[in-house]
Amino acid sequence: MFYGLLTRKSLGVLLSVFIIFLILPLFLPRFYIYLLALILITGLLATSLNMVLGYGGMYQFHHAVFYGAGAYTFALMLTKTKLPVWNAFLAAPVIAGLLGLLIGIICIRLSKLYFGMLQISLGSLVWAIVFRWYSFTGGDDGIHGCSVPEIASVNESYYFTVFVTAICLILMYLIINSPFGRIFQAIRDNPERSEAVGVNVRLHQLIGLVIAAFFAGIAGSLFVVVEGCVFPDLMFWTLSLEILIMCLLGGWFTFLGPMLGAAIIVSLRTFVGIYTEYWTLILGIVLMLLILFLPEGVLGYFQKTFKLKAE
Amino acid sequence: MLYIKAVQKSFDGFMAVNGANLSVDKGEIVAVIGPNGAGKTTLFSLITGQLKPDSGEIIFKNENIAGLPPYAICRKGISRSFQVVNIFNRLTVFENVQAAVLSHQKKVLNLFSPAKNMAVKETEELLESVGLTDKADSISGLLSHGDQKVLEMAIALGNRPELLILDEPTAGMSPEETAVSIDLIRRLSRELGLTILFCEHDIALVFSISHKIMVMQQGQTIIQGKPDEVRENKQVQEAYLGGAN
Repeated sequence: MFYGLLTRKSLGVLLSVFIIFLILPLFLPRFYIYLLALILITGLLATSLNMVLGYGGMYQFHHAVFYGAGAYTFALMLTKTKLPVWNAFLAAPVIAGLLGLLIGIICIRLSKLYFGMLQISLGSLVWAIVFRWYSFTGGDDGIHGCSVPEIASVNESYYFTVFVTAICLILMYLIINSPFGRIFQAIRDNPERSEAVGVNVRLHQLIGLVIAAFFAGIAGSLFVVVEGCVFPDLMFWTLSLEILIMCLLGGWFTFLGPMLGAAIIVSLRTFVGIYTEYWTLILGIVLMLLILFLPEGVLGYFQKTFKLKAE
Repeated sequence: MLYIKAVQKSFDGFMAVNGANLSVDKGEIVAVIGPNGAGKTTLFSLITGQLKPDSGEIIFKNENIAGLPPYAICRKGISRSFQVVNIFNRLTVFENVQAAVLSHQKKVLNLFSPAKNMAVKETEELLESVGLTDKADSISGLLSHGDQKVLEMAIALGNRPELLILDEPTAGMSPEETAVSIDLIRRLSRELGLTILFCEHDIALVFSISHKIMVMQQGQTIIQGKPDEVRENKQVQEAYLGGAN
């Protein structure tokens, strides 16, 4: 399946990165391992957003709602049913995908900004329901103590996260480079022309949205594995904005850019957050510099520079 | 093959197309001419579905296609190029044409096999026939205007159409590029047996390659016929050719 997509060299680099991730727990303190798991999950979420944002050109302004849907589905399955845990793992992305389908069908008729704005309102509606429905979702308290016994320790949940994230990234990479992904990028560049070459643009975008929501749901279930709890903030619109910034910061026309953006922002929040609660001030400055100097994002900038040097 | 009967389209009360009639037979090269604002581009957009007609019939292969969405019309065998360059800017030239070929081969929903290895031969043949082979890996948004117009045509050909609609295929081209494009249009018609409907401002060129010409003015069809008939028509001479002939 990978034939022709990766050179031998980049395959080697990826494999070594993967191995480094596997041996890191031997050296790093537990806190950093936890942080790494969080970065991977957030990065997975941002990458799934970027599938529709950077590759599909859709203004997906409320992606977090699918993340939250996955997390809540997972937590509810664990606490309210006695089914084996793999059911919960399956249900999380499926429910997130179905929610994507539902919101998508309503929003997809609108284009560009209107699509994004309607999505924010529908997503906020879901958030409000979750926030208020105390008897079922725990309201603003969320649900606590829903860890998976088999992978409850920091290291176990970390390894699980690394594996699942790797598989998801591979799948998403394949999808982006498939004919589906190619046409998705064509639609991003020019929906009118895509339609004129026989592509059902709305259907294509709807499928893309459902796939992205599916992967966001997986990220949501991973969050529960690592944190052992869910709360309504997981589907609040500010998180959607945050992951959107991650995509822009890392480089939204690159595959790994959002992952890098997630790493930067999550670390920034953690380490600057120790000194001041106004860490978003730093983020604001970083963003302004980004827009002025690196409009293609960090990874986009490096890719461009290296390409120029290579030529 | 294509029959247009009394098609009308208005924008906010302005009749852009007001009773256009046209018939195109298989294998013909048919030109639509008329002054700016005569409704040529609007008529083409009505045929290919970017716009929906208010009334009238558009029959393609014995089927009324008026009002269908563009992708459905494309799948029935009508492709078009656009007057203003309309390509996939961030994709390479190869990927631009490949997108159309993939769409034609109904592979757009294939999720997991690499697109890189698909429809390669067909795409390369098309690039070869329009002369863009050496620019296959360039980002299409960075090409010269002339090359982009040629790419326009190549994308339209990617769908293996039966009827090819070209909206001012040589607009903005240098005389040399124009000559090459015209040659290409002739060749396509001859070798692939393509039916071509196009509009163009260069009258000499239109009369030299068309089998049939339709003249439009203020949204209406004035006359439709062989080049000689059109040239001799009084109304056309007054309205459009300005009595020059």
